[in-house]
Amino acid sequence: MSLSVLYDAPGPKARMRSRTISVVGVILIIGALILLVLAMGAPKASANGAIQPGLWDASRWDVFSDVQVWRSLGQGVLATLSMAGVAAAIALPLGVVFSFGRASDSAVVRVPSTVVLEFVRGMPVLLMMLFILLVFSTGSFWAGVAALAVYNGAIIGEALRAGIKSLPRGQREAGLAIGLTPISTRMRIEFPQAFRQMLPIIIAQLVVLLKDTSLAFVVGYSELLRVGVKNLPDFFGNRYAFSFFMVVLAIYLAMNLSLSWLARVIAHRTNPKAKAANPTPPNTPADPVLAMPTALGEQSRGGGSAP
Amino acid sequence: MDAITENLPVFIDGFRNTLGLLGLAGVGALVLGVIIAALRISPVSSFRGFATVYTEIVRNTPLTLVLFFCAFLLPYLQFSPGYFPLAVLGLTVYTSPFVAEALRAGVNGVHVGQAEAARSVGLTFGQSLTFVIMPQAIRMVIPPLINVFIALTKNTSVAGAFFVFELFGAARKVTNDRGDQVIAILLGVAAFYLLITITLGLIAGRVEKKVAVLR
Repeated sequence: MSLSVLYDAPGPKARMRSRTISVVGVILIIGALILLVLAMGAPKASANGAIQPGLWDASRWDVFSDVQVWRSLGQGVLATLSMAGVAAAIALPLGVVFSFGRASDSAVVRVPSTVVLEFVRGMPVLLMMLFILLVFSTGSFWAGVAALAVYNGAIIGEALRAGIKSLPRGQREAGLAIGLTPISTRMRIEFPQAFRQMLPIIIAQLVVLLKDTSLAFVVGYSELLRVGVKNLPDFFGNRYAFSFFMVVLAIYLAMNLSLSWLARVIAHRTNPKAKAANPTPPNTPADPVLAMPTALGEQSRGGGSAP
Repeated sequence: MDAITENLPVFIDGFRNTLGLLGLAGVGALVLGVIIAALRISPVSSFRGFATVYTEIVRNTPLTLVLFFCAFLLPYLQFSPGYFPLAVLGLTVYTSPFVAEALRAGVNGVHVGQAEAARSVGLTFGQSLTFVIMPQAIRMVIPPLINVFIALTKNTSVAGAFFVFELFGAARKVTNDRGDQVIAILLGVAAFYLLITITLGLIAGRVEKKVAVLR
């Protein structure tokens, strides 16, 4: 039964009813959307009596026939992706270092890294960007990269630590028993398993990182958001603001959704248990709550990525 | 240090607005999130589809873009109740799918045997949800939900970039005036944020421990 144990398998009457409600629901939702679209498309009279064309009017969209606009947007996308790429490349090793520090046996290493991690995780990324920009006067690109790398490194570090902690204790004991040093036990036995287990969460965090590059807009970096919804409308005029917003939204959704989709594919492929035991995508194994069989059949996807 | 002590009223003012944003958007997101989660687990497939699409779209949109829409485009579309309510609206919409996902994970996390037992003693869908599943799910949901609110606390700083005067705005204002003490000022502001986030984190940890005993 693909649905759920929460209600009986529907009989012909209930199926009929559910289909009716479903159709009515679809009609209501689509109707509301059509109304919204029509309301947005209707010409409006502004306060001084001038009539503005509706939001779908061709006069609001004609800029997109200009190649230069697409070139600027492309540069914005490249700027966003390069910031996200560099930040991710730094964040991953940083996360590994953080997780080793945090899971260390000696308090001299563990306590300071815990304090640093808590501090970084409790602080807004935006504040960190401003901080780095003002204190180190790095320029907006490196301020954004550094803040994103440190913040996401901390989150990834926590995820890896949770992964290490969730391993059966026998793994570490076995490593030590065959004569490996504590460090090489961690490197060669525990870490590879933790990393594999936490890969979905790590990739979900990389999606968050990609999204968060838009914060660099505030410290003045010309990425997709600044180019698309600030620079271009400033140049072409305010009446295009909405059109540019819709296009930028579509670009962001395309990037993030494809990355999320990739995350799901990788999560499915790398977890051998997922194939053997349950056909549903694997969940955050560190969280006993999510590792349980579920009451509703369907499982949450992508690990609970922090907003 | 004197840059902080002198400007303490400014920071307190900003802190109050941050708390206001957190409280209002938190309640709003909770309400909206419950509705979305309910749609997401409902037997009616069109509601499920709608909630799924909503969740995916909002979750994959950067918060900056959402707040930009609220702060610039909504006033342009002749809806302008002021920047503070607009920021609350943006944060509410942005946070709601995360709340919904946390809730859904909680409901999904209840052991399937519980639902089977409830059904087999003859409880209906509504009864088994309210008497058996929900009381267990809510307990499990509280720690991840608190994590969502910690993220929301940090996200309120983005509103500071869109004409709302809160802690981040206060930091920007004071650092403009006192460029000589940037480090002290930013550490001070960070302390205010940590005051909220670490408190919430401690609560989450405690609840998690209690729940662990229960299971």
